Amino acid sequence: MADQQDTITGIDVPVYLKYNFTAGAGPARFLSQVKNGKLTGQRCPRCQQVYIPPRGSCAACGVATEEELVLPDKATVQSFTIVSIPIPNNPIKPPYIIANLVLDGANISFIHLMSECVNEDVRIGQRVQAVWKPEEEWDYSMDNIRYFKPLDEPDVPVAQIGKLPVSGWEGMSDA
Amino acid sequence: MPESEILNQAFELGYTYTRSTGPVVGRFLTGLRDRKIVGIRASDGRVVVPPMEYDPDTAAELSEFVDVSSEGEIVSWAWVKHPREAHPSTEPFAWAMIRLDGADVPMVHWVQAGDESDLHTGARVRARWADETVGFITDIAGFELV
Repeated sequence: MADQQDTITGIDVPVYLKYNFTAGAGPARFLSQVKNGKLTGQRCPRCQQVYIPPRGSCAACGVATEEELVLPDKATVQSFTIVSIPIPNNPIKPPYIIANLVLDGANISFIHLMSECVNEDVRIGQRVQAVWKPEEEWDYSMDNIRYFKPLDEPDVPVAQIGKLPVSGWEGMSDA
Repeated sequence: MPESEILNQAFELGYTYTRSTGPVVGRFLTGLRDRKIVGIRASDGRVVVPPMEYDPDTAAELSEFVDVSSEGEIVSWAWVKHPREAHPSTEPFAWAMIRLDGADVPMVHWVQAGDESDLHTGARVRARWADETVGFITDIAGFELV
């Protein structure tokens, strides 16, 4: 009989799911523009919602989103979380912030990192702007944006988040 | 960019689970590391391999470990003509229910055979031990025909 100390008490049983992800026509158009440093949303012809990153169709209306529009790299914090627990194989050291951000002119959010901020001061409605990698490193990826940093602009009231025009706050005051 | 350009990329999602074995499965795996196969006696006297923690009929806790042979016979099997990446063999092989000598119920493992026609129900097989055993089910590097 094995020595008590030597008894097996635990095993490693990892599961790896290996995908070959194909972007599809809509996202491919978006990603090829991202490679050029442009954030391109797609507008639903029926409900007028602007999606970024686009999937090529409107999930609500079930129609193709052919119309494209270039959006600025300014956004509003819709929600966020302060990550305090390290995730295996993730090179980012906690604590850091991941946030749901809505670009100006868009109606849905996407997830990205926030930095150059005081974590405790981050709030819903806060205005942020993309910090890009050097152009020579741009690829077909949202990682071309390193993170978003706070902008010195007034917060967006919760009811207005996701409703700013492409021109951001400026457009709101014009209206 | 032409509309027809297709972007694709490999993407791996990994769940790096670790599991506690508990004392019964831990004993089985420890046995494998020592190149032994350990079963457990159920309330009706049957020897079950791999050992179970609780009796299948009465749900009573089981504790009487029984060493069984590393040889046995094929009860049923399925031939895998085209092994996939996660499979234990790169050559065609069989998944098999193997009743080891000294055990009363079969356990699943794999059998190396040159050809499907070499296999039949009742065929005698023997565990082939890995060069290095670590306390895992793969310590049995398949079964081979005797």
